[in-house]
Amino acid sequence: MSTAQHQAAVEQLHPILGRLGWDAIPYHEPILVGTFAAVALGGLFVLALLTKFRLWGPLWRDWITSIDHKKIGIMYIVLGVVMLLRGFADAIMMRAHQAMAFGDNAGFLPPHHYDQVFTAHGVIMIFFVAMPLVTGFMNYIVPLQIGARDVAFPFLNNFSFWMTAGGAILVMISLFIGEFAKTGWLAYPPLSGILASPDVGVDYYVWALQIAGVGTTLSGINLVATIIKMRAPGMTMMKMPVFTWTSLCTNVLIVATFPVLAATLALLTADRYLGTNFFTNDLGGNAMLYVNLIWIWGHPEVYILVLPAFGIFSEIVSTFSRKKLFGYASMVYATVVITILSYLVWLHHFFTMGSGASVNSFFGITTMIISIPTGAKIFNWLFTMYRGRIKFDVPMLWTVGFMVTFVIGGMTGVLLAVPAADFVLHNSLFLIAHFHNVIIGGVVFGAFAGINYWFPKAFGFRLDAFWGKVSFWCWLIGFWVAFMPLYVLGLMGVTRRVSHFDDPSLQIWFIVAAIGGAIIACGIAAFLIQIGVSILRRKELADTTGDVWGGRTLEWSTASPPPDYNFAFTPIAHDMDAWHDMKQRGVERPTKGFVAIHMPRNTGAGFVIGMLATAMGFALIWHMYWIAAVGFAATVIAAIVHTFNYNRDYHIPADAVTRTEDERTRALAAAA
Amino acid sequence: MSATIATHVNGAPVYYDRSGEHHPPNSTMLGFWLYLMSDCLVFAVLFAVYAVLGRSYAAGPSGADLFDLPLVAANTALLLFSSITYGFAMIAMQARKKGQLLAWLAVTGLFGLGFLGIELYEFAHLIHEGAGPQRSAFLSSFFTLVATHGLHVTFGCIWLVTLMVQVRKLGLTPANRRRLMCLSMFWHFLDVVWIGVFTFVYLMGAL
Amino acid sequence: MAANHDHAHHGDDHLDGEADFHVSFKGYAIGFILSVILTAIPFWLVMGKVLPSPKMTGFVILGFAAVQMVVHMIYFLHMNAKVEGGWSMLALLFTVALVAIMLAGSVWVMFHMNTNMMPTPDPAAMRNMP
Repeated sequence: MSTAQHQAAVEQLHPILGRLGWDAIPYHEPILVGTFAAVALGGLFVLALLTKFRLWGPLWRDWITSIDHKKIGIMYIVLGVVMLLRGFADAIMMRAHQAMAFGDNAGFLPPHHYDQVFTAHGVIMIFFVAMPLVTGFMNYIVPLQIGARDVAFPFLNNFSFWMTAGGAILVMISLFIGEFAKTGWLAYPPLSGILASPDVGVDYYVWALQIAGVGTTLSGINLVATIIKMRAPGMTMMKMPVFTWTSLCTNVLIVATFPVLAATLALLTADRYLGTNFFTNDLGGNAMLYVNLIWIWGHPEVYILVLPAFGIFSEIVSTFSRKKLFGYASMVYATVVITILSYLVWLHHFFTMGSGASVNSFFGITTMIISIPTGAKIFNWLFTMYRGRIKFDVPMLWTVGFMVTFVIGGMTGVLLAVPAADFVLHNSLFLIAHFHNVIIGGVVFGAFAGINYWFPKAFGFRLDAFWGKVSFWCWLIGFWVAFMPLYVLGLMGVTRRVSHFDDPSLQIWFIVAAIGGAIIACGIAAFLIQIGVSILRRKELADTTGDVWGGRTLEWSTASPPPDYNFAFTPIAHDMDAWHDMKQRGVERPTKGFVAIHMPRNTGAGFVIGMLATAMGFALIWHMYWIAAVGFAATVIAAIVHTFNYNRDYHIPADAVTRTEDERTRALAAAA
Repeated sequence: MSATIATHVNGAPVYYDRSGEHHPPNSTMLGFWLYLMSDCLVFAVLFAVYAVLGRSYAAGPSGADLFDLPLVAANTALLLFSSITYGFAMIAMQARKKGQLLAWLAVTGLFGLGFLGIELYEFAHLIHEGAGPQRSAFLSSFFTLVATHGLHVTFGCIWLVTLMVQVRKLGLTPANRRRLMCLSMFWHFLDVVWIGVFTFVYLMGAL
Repeated sequence: MAANHDHAHHGDDHLDGEADFHVSFKGYAIGFILSVILTAIPFWLVMGKVLPSPKMTGFVILGFAAVQMVVHMIYFLHMNAKVEGGWSMLALLFTVALVAIMLAGSVWVMFHMNTNMMPTPDPAAMRNMP
């Protein structure tokens, strides 16, 4: 009998509760007790408000059960922003701890806690901040940009959201019941195997990601089908907006790469639960295989994160330069090339694992090649701005900030692409600085740019520009102050994920980095203030025309916010930048002759199935096998029951459409 | 995209579909095909794992020691027959012959259950011999690959029964026909994966 | 109310895309017979140890498998370049390319990794080492 089998045989399981017991609750960790108190109070406050203002009904009817891509898009972004606060709290804790943990000072986080903090930080930021943010944007904007009324599979869209939320819920629960993984965000075995991590942490990790992963994969299928099948008449592929092109490529990447994550995590799960030997040290297992497989997923994943950001920047650059995007065709080709090449570079994440010179050279070269199409995009954006009549509204500030920040981060990436250099810098703070440089400069800046750009469309009023600028400058300066020291430390040889240091000469760099973290915190606070102030000033900041920036793509042809059905009449596209084309030709908006519109119906099935799956995940984590079996059966049965619901749609009557459109006619006349 | 919507009238471009007749084509078949492609990649990972770990016997039994090729041939035949009977079901659907359709679906389901039964028997036998998935990396990857395929067949059978109930109840509506076509793609796809399994795992393992 | 547009069932007669393929007994029969042949021969080659070397047998049966997969695609899955405006074929080709990259890449990388790893000494053999 192998050691893993022996381990499993020894475990005492309560028949219903598995290994869940009172000792799972971390009474003795003051930080967690304090956090729980704050969360409980805040949560109760929110629940009380919902009850007082009788919002439970509207919450269920208009949001939780909504299959409208616009509502779902907003929910994804809200999820991303909420999880940003938790992920950033982890970041601040690390910066504060590392700034003080020198010599006799052990810092305030014991190692096993520190390890959970950096693991949770990575998992949350990638899977529950960046992914939901980009998914939210693609969900909201793509159907509007292609002149459609919703995505191809509206129910599946709702279900996908609740599966993602379910994964986030599991990660949040791990704070207060049990613990999280201590393995880093990719959970390499053998550390993540059952012998080295017998606790629930890695199990929270695998089930949160498997559940969220189902949601993401289905969302990918949904958006690819939407873009292929549901474009307005006349909108050929080469007339689609660039954001739609990058969304298409992103979702192709999602469909083609998340299955790899699912399979690899399933193999790790089999090792942990069933005693198989995929990644064990004995009986033929090979832990290096996990690293190989997880990065086959991992590299395309970073392009999934950044391509939508590139699309957002393309839209913003052309709108705020008041000029057609330079080199549309080359932008499209560059995006497609990046999509394909992203499958040929994965080994650069583990040059040092020992595959030898020929393998390392091949992947080093492909890694350098993949930087070229991105470079082409930067030139296209610059040439768009050249001789444009540029307006530096907040979205444009974020864009220029991105161009500088991301390019520098990309250059450090090309440096790391040289295997010999990587042997010195792998897993040092230089690497940490590099990927934060590109992810923050690319994805985070892109998210803030997109939020400032499209907020008026979604809510009918602009965001306050002053607080937007404060937030931008704090983020830009804060980022550089926080991460330049890390480049220096990495070049000096400091390793990542270390919670205590003995060399006092390093401390000043960590202190500067902590100050940078504090400046970023101000940026986040300013963003939250921006939202609050904008809501208070919403009448002044109102968007009455639907086209507050002078946009070029079809989403700007609708009211702000758009009606449920998006377009009373499907637009017909004749050129790129279809809305700009219509404005140039003086096309008049139809004001009568409206017909009934066919719409999909809201349903609670997605929420129910998603939450059952989450409950099953919780049960599996705690080895509550009977409950897990029941949960699994319930999930499957709920799904089958849903397929018996054939009553999925209805029609908005013509006079309701007429009323909505007449209101808009009046608003447009008043604004003129 | 609807080819029937005129983008120009009398030579002048039209910017709105005022007839309200444009409705986007149904995306279910394409969407399901894309799902199958993603499932292909799950199997690709499992095949890659088997390719890497498939000779790591850990001083335990190898494929040549364990595989019962006549049994595998029988299993393969059952699955292939189930593919052809599903094909007959689709012919019946095209002719709108509900009774025949249900009959062929039932036969397909029986072949599928037969396949699963033989596979479970094979697994039980291997485990009894001490060649379970915990014995070595080779056996872990063997069991996982074959069982994942088997789980897909199981879900296919559950789906088949559900669809039979739905067709009996509601008839051959467009929605049900779409579902039957999706299950058809799923079923044939599983047979394609099985070609890979019996060749790469069983036949090459027995060499 | 404009009940005459019931978009979900525009005539119960055909679905979008249903016209894409027309199933026939002949198509399934050809596919079935080819599949039987392409299955029987590999089994025979292996069970009968017909070819001189296992390596050659391995290549041959992999070839048969590839051909049979194409047969299934054409005759059972009705795959051609016109289904869904060519997108189905494109998706399939992309997937096949990725499968090839993942399989070949993993085997190549792991082979090199394994070669470069030091073998762990057998405790029994190492018992006399200083």
